[in-house]
Amino acid sequence: MTRFFRSRLVWPMGALVALVLLNTISRPSFLSISVKNGQLYGSIIDILRDSAPLMLVALGMTLVIATRGIDLSVGAVMAISGAVALQFISKSTSPNRVGTVLIAIGIGVFITLLLGLWNGFLVAVVGIQPIIATLVLMLGGRGIALLITGGFITTITSSPYAQMAQGHLLGLPLAFFFSVGAIAIVGLLVRRTALGVLTESVGINPSASRLAGVRSRGIIWSIYGISGLLAGLAGILYSSNIMAADSNNAGFLIELDAILAVVLGGTSLRGGKFTLSGTVIGVFIIQTLTSTITFLGVPPAVTPVFKALVVILVCLSQSSRVRQYLGRIRHLRAAKPPIRLSGLETEVLAERKSG
Amino acid sequence: MKRILKGVATAGILALALTGITAGSSSAASKKLIVVGFAQTGSESGWRAANTLSMKAAFSKANGFKLIFNAADNKPEAQIAAVHSFINQRVNAIVIAAVVETGWDNVLKEAKAAKIPVFLEDRTISSAPSLYATWLGDNFLKEGTTAGLWAKQMVGTTPTNMVVIEGTTGSAPAIDRATGFNAAIKGSPIVTLDSQTGNFTRAGGKTVMEGFLQKYPKKIQLLFAQNDDMGLGALDAIKAAGLIPGKDIKIVTIDGTHDGLTALSQGEFNYVVECNPLLGAGVASLVKAVLAGKSVPKANTALDGAFDQAQATAALPTRKY
Repeated sequence: MTRFFRSRLVWPMGALVALVLLNTISRPSFLSISVKNGQLYGSIIDILRDSAPLMLVALGMTLVIATRGIDLSVGAVMAISGAVALQFISKSTSPNRVGTVLIAIGIGVFITLLLGLWNGFLVAVVGIQPIIATLVLMLGGRGIALLITGGFITTITSSPYAQMAQGHLLGLPLAFFFSVGAIAIVGLLVRRTALGVLTESVGINPSASRLAGVRSRGIIWSIYGISGLLAGLAGILYSSNIMAADSNNAGFLIELDAILAVVLGGTSLRGGKFTLSGTVIGVFIIQTLTSTITFLGVPPAVTPVFKALVVILVCLSQSSRVRQYLGRIRHLRAAKPPIRLSGLETEVLAERKSG
Repeated sequence: MKRILKGVATAGILALALTGITAGSSSAASKKLIVVGFAQTGSESGWRAANTLSMKAAFSKANGFKLIFNAADNKPEAQIAAVHSFINQRVNAIVIAAVVETGWDNVLKEAKAAKIPVFLEDRTISSAPSLYATWLGDNFLKEGTTAGLWAKQMVGTTPTNMVVIEGTTGSAPAIDRATGFNAAIKGSPIVTLDSQTGNFTRAGGKTVMEGFLQKYPKKIQLLFAQNDDMGLGALDAIKAAGLIPGKDIKIVTIDGTHDGLTALSQGEFNYVVECNPLLGAGVASLVKAVLAGKSVPKANTALDGAFDQAQATAALPTRKY
């Protein structure tokens, strides 16, 4: 039981369950799932579908953060992939052919892979700090996307492209399968090959791992490439959801949501150890929070405060110091003499609990 | 090496000074062309892009203008710097689409001292009216009122449940459109179930509408989206819920973009109020009038029409944005 509560995933999971409960109490229809036009329909299904872009971005962000880095450019990269793909389809003579759509997606995602590798080049080879290196593309990327669409919102009608985010498979939204696929592939890549361990070692101590023979440069480079690729796919899903390349708003501030999802899931921004399942839960917390705001009818003016409150509560619940403090209060209530710990002991205990 | 650099720097300063002189003298020499500096907010939306195109078309050489264009990327300080540089270049007139309402007093006083008339386009500012010549823009309040009056007239005496998708919280169009709309539907049997922000974006409108449909299953009869984009996003959500937009849920929006009017002509929207970005011609004629010494009104509202299905179908082929 104690071990259960010490597990890192318990607290984010608890927060997610609490949010779902809150919604269900306010409107019992939250959990109801019905069948409309042969597809499942309900709030939960909406959350599964709408979380797909953030899921892809956050998975990439988890790996980048594990290398002690950060990728601020993901939102702008999303805008670019959507702009490229939609511009290609809108100029093509056969927008409804599956081939055209596949080529458009291929070009869009390939370009974002290159952009990700560019970030990796700046970080791993040139040695620029990640926050600055990716800031370049964060600021410039939207300009590039606007250049591609000419400042307008490019809209298209193409049924295969619409399927990406709006289509269904076995009654479930197709976008959800993209999430699951990405989780599975990234999970296999980092947990069934050495990539995960090598990433963690690079994040914990870059020079030590280099001396131990780990090619940290290549690893960091490829991880930024993966982040770019996933952000590109997210951009495709975003544009498919609204069938428009909205360069100003596609993925706007999603980098912050992604970082938040990673942190809510329990991965430290200091790099090193990371948890993909934590990130997945973090993404669902953020997406459920969005629905909660509508369901509770939080007035738009105070929405940011409400979000901030939930975020700080989840973060506090993960802080080992706070948990220790709460534990001490419980001890006091049980009328046991509190155990006095020296500063060092407290630190060690905190380390052990969080590890 | 240092000496070379110094030389280059001096040459650069000289060149800058020279261009200043030539710019000044050219505007003085060729009296036919009116030199106009235009400080645009940036390129944040399709509406803005259409606005820029219209200004560039109206202030063309063929119409007797030389336009110096600056987009400030929505940064107030960059915009003030642009206006400063217009004053230094001794342009004949300055047009500003202000990013923010405040902070304009000093630079406008400078323009006044240099006897350069200032024209406000689209957005208003809080400075004293004596500091600028005139304003031309859209009246968000009136747009909201027009939409509200249509809704009131459409429902008649039938009790109707409405949801609202608002624009960016705290922005002038979101506040004014809500005020106008709410004042217009007063006394009608329309009940506002809920109101939530969709940030003027398609994705935002879609997410909010999904939430509304889950929260009030089979209850919503009317949707007021404060711009076309959010309304277009909501269409997908309504269809996914197995409802027919325009029939099961009546929709009124504001903007009149090409995509919005297309949806209206297909019967998915029911009414669209125009927020016209094509202000270029109007501003150009105001500039000419003021420079010719004629007096013009301080505030000019652009002609904002409204469309129903038939009017939208008729207007679509010639729609520019």
